[in-house]
Parts: sequence; C-alpha cells; structure tokens
Amino acid sequence: MSENRPAALSISQRTYLSKRVRWETIGGWLFVLPALLMYTVFVILPLILTILYSFYRWNGIGPMTWVGLKNYATVFEVPDLLGTIFNAFWLVVWFSFIPVGLGLVVASVIHRVATGRLGAIARTVLFLPQVIPLVAAGIIWGWLLALPGLINQILNAVGLGAFTRAWLGDFDFALPAVGLIGIWVLLGFCTVLLLTGMTKVDPALYESARIDGAGWLQEFLAITVPLLRYEIGVCLTVTVIAALAAFDIVYVSTAGGPGNSTSVPGIQIYVLAFTQRAVGLASALAVMLMVLVVLVIIPIQWLSREGIS
Amino acid sequence: MRVARGELWAGRALLLVLMTITILPFISIFTTALHPSGTVPNGLDWPVNPQWGNFVQAFKVADMPTLLLSSTYIVLAVVPISLIISTMAGFAIGLLRVPGASALLFLFVFGLTLPFPGIIIPIYILERGMHIYNTRLAIVLPLIALYMPFAVFWMRAHFVNMPTEISDAARVDGASTWDLFWRIHVPLARAPITSLGILMSVWTWNQFLLPLVVVEDPSQRTMAGALGAFQGHYATDIPLLCAGTLLLLVPTLVVFILFQRQIIAALLQGAVKG
Repeated sequence: MSENRPAALSISQRTYLSKRVRWETIGGWLFVLPALLMYTVFVILPLILTILYSFYRWNGIGPMTWVGLKNYATVFEVPDLLGTIFNAFWLVVWFSFIPVGLGLVVASVIHRVATGRLGAIARTVLFLPQVIPLVAAGIIWGWLLALPGLINQILNAVGLGAFTRAWLGDFDFALPAVGLIGIWVLLGFCTVLLLTGMTKVDPALYESARIDGAGWLQEFLAITVPLLRYEIGVCLTVTVIAALAAFDIVYVSTAGGPGNSTSVPGIQIYVLAFTQRAVGLASALAVMLMVLVVLVIIPIQWLSREGIS
Repeated sequence: MRVARGELWAGRALLLVLMTITILPFISIFTTALHPSGTVPNGLDWPVNPQWGNFVQAFKVADMPTLLLSSTYIVLAVVPISLIISTMAGFAIGLLRVPGASALLFLFVFGLTLPFPGIIIPIYILERGMHIYNTRLAIVLPLIALYMPFAVFWMRAHFVNMPTEISDAARVDGASTWDLFWRIHVPLARAPITSLGILMSVWTWNQFLLPLVVVEDPSQRTMAGALGAFQGHYATDIPLLCAGTLLLLVPTLVVFILFQRQIIAALLQGAVKG
C-alpha cells in the first residue's frame, strides 16, 4: 500500500502516516475484538474447561477431587462407554459412506439423464430433509419405524411380513434403523453438492467419453469420481462430523436404547453430565470425542485437497 | 448429449423412486395426524373420518403462537449480531490484514472441527454462574459464539478477494477505517452477508441440544427445542404428535419453498467453503 504513495513526503507527513498506520493496526484489532470476545468466552473457554474437568471427579456443584487420568481409564474400561465410540464409527458408515456413495450415483444419473425440469424438481425434493430440524426427522421416523408404522406396512404388503419388528426397539436393528434416518437426511445434501461439482466439469470431457462409447459406469469411474475429489472430501467431512457428533436424531428416536445399542458419545455425555452428575467422566468422553473428530477429519482434508491448491 | 433411451428411462425411474422415498414420510405423518386422537393407526391408512380438529388441538396444546414468537426473538437476536461482528472480523482479517491475521484465522477455523456436545457441559456451568440459565439469553449468547468460526471464515473469504484499489482510493479521500467498512465494503458484501444470514437463521431455528440443556421452559426455546418437549409430553398420542410435528414444520417448509434457490445455494456454498 505504502509503495503506491507519492515518493516525496515531508517529514511531518511521514510521522503523520506512521502514526496513522499504528492507529490503523489498533483500529483493525478493534474490529476483530467483538467476535473474538464471544468466541473466547463461549467456545475457547468451555473447551479449556472441558479438558480441565476431565481430570477431576465432580458432581457439578460440590468440591472437585483431582483424579488424574482415572476418568479416561474408566472410559476404556467400561464397555458401555467405550461402546459409544464404536457405535459412532458404525454410524459413520450409515451417515457418511452410504449417502456419499449413493449421492455420487444419483448425482451422476441426474447429470446424465435429467438435466431439465425433472432434475430441478429432484434437487429441491431431495434437499428437503436437510432443511427440517433433525428433531422432526427423528420424530417422523420414530413413527415410521414403529410396529404399526409405514415400514412394516410396506413389508407386509410385499409379502415380507416375517421381517416386521419394532425396528428402533430391536437390539440388532436399532442402530441400522437410526442410520437409515441419517441416510434420509443427508442423501439429498450430498447429491446436490456433488451435482454442483459435476456441472463444473468441462462437458467436452463427457462428450468425448461418450463418442468413444463409454457407458455410465466407465464415465463414472474415469471422469466423475477423480474430478470430484474435492466435493467428495467436503461431503465426507460434513457427514463424518454429523455422525461422530450425532445427538438430535438419536436422542429423539431411541435416546440411546434399547440398552446402550444406539448410544453415541453425544448422548452419553449428556446423560453422564446432566442426569448422572458425573461431570468429570462426561468431560473425559467429550475430550476423546473432540480428539477423535480432529484425527478423522485431518486425513480426509489432506487427501481431498492434495494437488488442488 | 446422447444417452441411450433405456438408460434415460431407468435413470428417471430411479429419481422418481428416490423422490417418493423422500416425500412418503411426510405423507405418512399427515394421514396419521388425521386419525382420532389416542388411536394407533397404520402408517399410510386414510382415515374414515378425517379429524382435522387434531391440528387445532395440537395448535392449542403446543401453544404455537408463543413458540413462533420465542423462536423469532432468538433468531432476531442471534443473526444480526452475528452478522455484524463476523463481518467486522472478516474485514479486519481478510482486507485490513491486521498483524496476526493468519493466527486469528487459524484460531477461528479450528472451531469448525469442534463437535458441540464436547463443550456443552462448561457452557451450562458458566451460564449458571452468570445467572442467565433458563433465559433466552442462555441460548442467544453461545449460538453467536458457535457461529463465529464459520461466519468469520466465510466473510474473510469474501474480503480477501476484494481488490485493494477500492480501499486505497477511499483512503486518499480521507475515509476512516469505519467509513471504509460501513460505507464501502458492507454494501459491496451484500450477497455473502445475505447467504450467511439465511444459513444462521436455519441453524438457529433447528438448534436442539443447547435449548434442551440451558432452558427448561419450552416456551423460551427454539422451534426444534420446543418440538423435543412436545414429543416428551405426547409420545403416546401418535395422531396428536404427528399433527403437532407437522404444524411446527410449517414455518420451515414455507420459508424453504419461498427461498429454496437461495437456501440450497447458501447451504452448499457453506459446506464447500467450510
């Protein structure tokens, strides 16, 4: 900025400018201050406090007792606590891998066959579950998956009546059933995001592939997937965080049950801290969740951005 | 583009099936909502005597006007404040490039990876200490803070691409930093600010865990938080629960249908930039 100024400045002008630059610096910081203050008080401070609490035994009101790493040891020793982390990884398959994989297929179908009005309507309709509160999705599906609900009605209608059950109350099927809700919510988001990426790919690439007689599958594997690496990375990041940090859908549809078969870290943190008053233990699980998210996100970001920027 | 006819129809059929799967749940709770209160109907049965009165009853027991007002208050408090302070911070980091800008940016972006359940416990304890527990302020303040990582990142991405000539010209004319910000750069940033506003309104309306933890009275909560409480009370009366859920969804659905283009665009850009 300063190089563009006229070269010959009088001394007084120079000191005026340098003073002004210093004021600008302070002024600039003042611009960041409100955002930084809010962020520090309600995000950074809670983050530090969570780490701090995790080393204590505390009921949230009374005196705090230093226990070192004992809370972390407890998380590893108690199957119901460690199980929440395994459940979270299971949810990643349902909330992330399936919507992203299926989303890629659906988006490439829209891109290939339905670029007109049908494609536009499909975009809007498939996106709808992304806009409603996750709580509503949980309530709606809680009813659909119930014993008299729509899913069992359909199974009966197609002659699969033997498979009907209270899906969310079944020890083996509750987690996949919760996963199904996740697919319903996230598929449209992934599809529309990936579709936007596809429209940015040079159409000449697809044209020449088709002139060479490439079918849908060859086109998909040779052009779509490699060129959409960045968008796929974005979808994976968003959905993996949605899976690992899941709370709303699980709380409303199963509350972690039956038993602990659908309990995820978010639910367990809530139950430990706010109903069992085990603040230290809940905080240890919270710290592990936060570390886990960072550890999973970094490689995804690294792989999807490699060679792009 | 040349595509085989068979493939064309197979593709369209797949789309129609997926759209049906997306819509069917809404139809199912609609037909269920029309059954007599207290009964347990089948998933997709049209009732003999549609009980439209269920919606009236749900409107009353859920106290819809209060809930709408409460959610609106919260959105009106959270979104404008968040927009102003994040735009200021994005301006300082992206355009003024204050010393330490990259460290500040890193600090904010780091917040994008934090899962919210991870920091909810201290927020609850802090708010008890600040005596704002069980008030709408207990929802508003943390939400503003929670949006800062994304919002600052988003606004910086806009400002960092603005040509410096605009600022230099204004400087020569003697504009102060505030003039530069308020008179020149805010009007130029109207598009990203609007998108960010839409995003934060949707997120606020749908926020569940925070109201659940810090506000006991459902009439002081957001729509999603109130919906959770409604489910707690009427879990056994399926038709009434479905009617209430649909009613609480109406504002969201209306806004989505009116602004679908902007909302989809904003949510997608939000994901890609984040």
